Amino acid sequence: MFETIRYDVNNGIATIRLHRPDKLNAFISQMNREVTKAVKTASSDNEVRCIVITGEGRAFCSGQDLAEVDENMDHGQVLRDHYGPMVKQIHHCEKPIVAAVNGVAAGAGFSLALACDFRLMSERASFINAFIHVGLIPDSGNLYYLTQLVGRAKATELAILGEKVSGADAVEMGLANKLIEADKWEQDVEAFAARLAALPTKAIGLIKRSLNAASDLSFEDYLEQEAQGQRAAGLTADHREGVTAFMEKREPAYTGQ
Amino acid sequence: MQFEFIEAAVKEKIGVIELNRPRQLNSLNRKMVSEILEAMQQFDTDDEVRIIVLSGKGRAFSAGADIDEMMEDDPVALELMNQFADWDALSLIKKPIIGAVQGFVFGGGFELALCCDLVIAARGTEFSFPEVNLGVMPGAGGTQRLTKLVGRAKALEWLWSGDRISSESALESGVINRIVEPEVLIEETMRLAGRLAKQPPLAIRLIKDSVNKAVDYSLYEGMQYERKNFYLLFASQDQKEGMNAFVEKRKPEFRGK
Repeated sequence: MFETIRYDVNNGIATIRLHRPDKLNAFISQMNREVTKAVKTASSDNEVRCIVITGEGRAFCSGQDLAEVDENMDHGQVLRDHYGPMVKQIHHCEKPIVAAVNGVAAGAGFSLALACDFRLMSERASFINAFIHVGLIPDSGNLYYLTQLVGRAKATELAILGEKVSGADAVEMGLANKLIEADKWEQDVEAFAARLAALPTKAIGLIKRSLNAASDLSFEDYLEQEAQGQRAAGLTADHREGVTAFMEKREPAYTGQ
Repeated sequence: MQFEFIEAAVKEKIGVIELNRPRQLNSLNRKMVSEILEAMQQFDTDDEVRIIVLSGKGRAFSAGADIDEMMEDDPVALELMNQFADWDALSLIKKPIIGAVQGFVFGGGFELALCCDLVIAARGTEFSFPEVNLGVMPGAGGTQRLTKLVGRAKALEWLWSGDRISSESALESGVINRIVEPEVLIEETMRLAGRLAKQPPLAIRLIKDSVNKAVDYSLYEGMQYERKNFYLLFASQDQKEGMNAFVEKRKPEFRGK
């Protein structure tokens, strides 16, 4: 089904593994399409309650494969046709998405990580907003997310100086959620994803919608959106389970419904 | 009321019509349009109904007209069949029509939505006039009603490109009244319908009649027309009740007489 990525679903966790290790998982248009399709598949699969995006080999993703770039390339059209649809699919996904950043995430690889809800950093991982080094601007939603995550000052610095950010620094500046030791990488990522997969999935989707609304709507419109979201959450089986478990003084067993 | 392609029922003074071909994404065939009209006309003269709600079952409001049905048509057959007479009659319905739309609102489905007085859309709903991609154009009022709503420039852009229009753009351009969370589309629509059902029906009716004239008449003629409707309401019991209740500082009890 896929050639540039591996996709599997285990215990409610869909793993999308970028799989061009000899190219440091650089993007070619086929990989854009396959990531888009995989996220779409996971979004509509009721079994899936958490999505993990990671890279095979020593890199997470080194950005656009420069072998695909020639002087006739219309960079804007590439974004409209390939990267835009991919980050939109991620942006509108109602399940939690974790970027398990196993190695370097550069350029559009950094943007991909930014589009996810959580970023877990391996000790070996780093971010580089490399676009400036080839005379381009950060793309695929990069600055949209970056300004929200770290504010304008830091976003400006990362975009214009294009310096490498270590995993520890990324966590420190609020760019990533967690730094994980190399020898605990696989198990800690899995534990984190499993924890997300056990949560009330529908509520997570509604929280993500509210987070998007918070930056898009006026305060009054936001409050109305929030009321509708809470109404939807209040109708879920997981809400009833949460309340029942609390009354019965036991751990809730959420189904994601 | 028994129909083949729609369902119609009265719920607490609200006449609810649901398009019921979900597997065909509620694509509109001629019988379906005449059933919609028939249901609306019955509601229009039913004293138990104050507001009409039009919605579509399944994931789309309506993905457009049934193309198979018209592929072999020739101009003379179309003229003699006069199928759009049903659409003309829809615009003569006197009671308020609220459209509740989700998913796709394309082609004939978009034209049907434009026949509604108010439209509430689920977040994520997409609108479009794709007729141009089939070498034709809208035939049930699309070019006319859209232009009156959004102006010439936007109408031409949408009708020529056939592009999908987001619900946010539709809201901004005045095509729809509000966007709600998909889970509460029907609930929110019924809440609005319920509120309007408590308003004095004759005033609601003559307001619709007058506002519609504003679209077609010159300002002078429209003002004259408005005045006559304003005077007419002073012949109603509801006007006496409304004004007495206001003076007596109590809630009015409107009867629609």
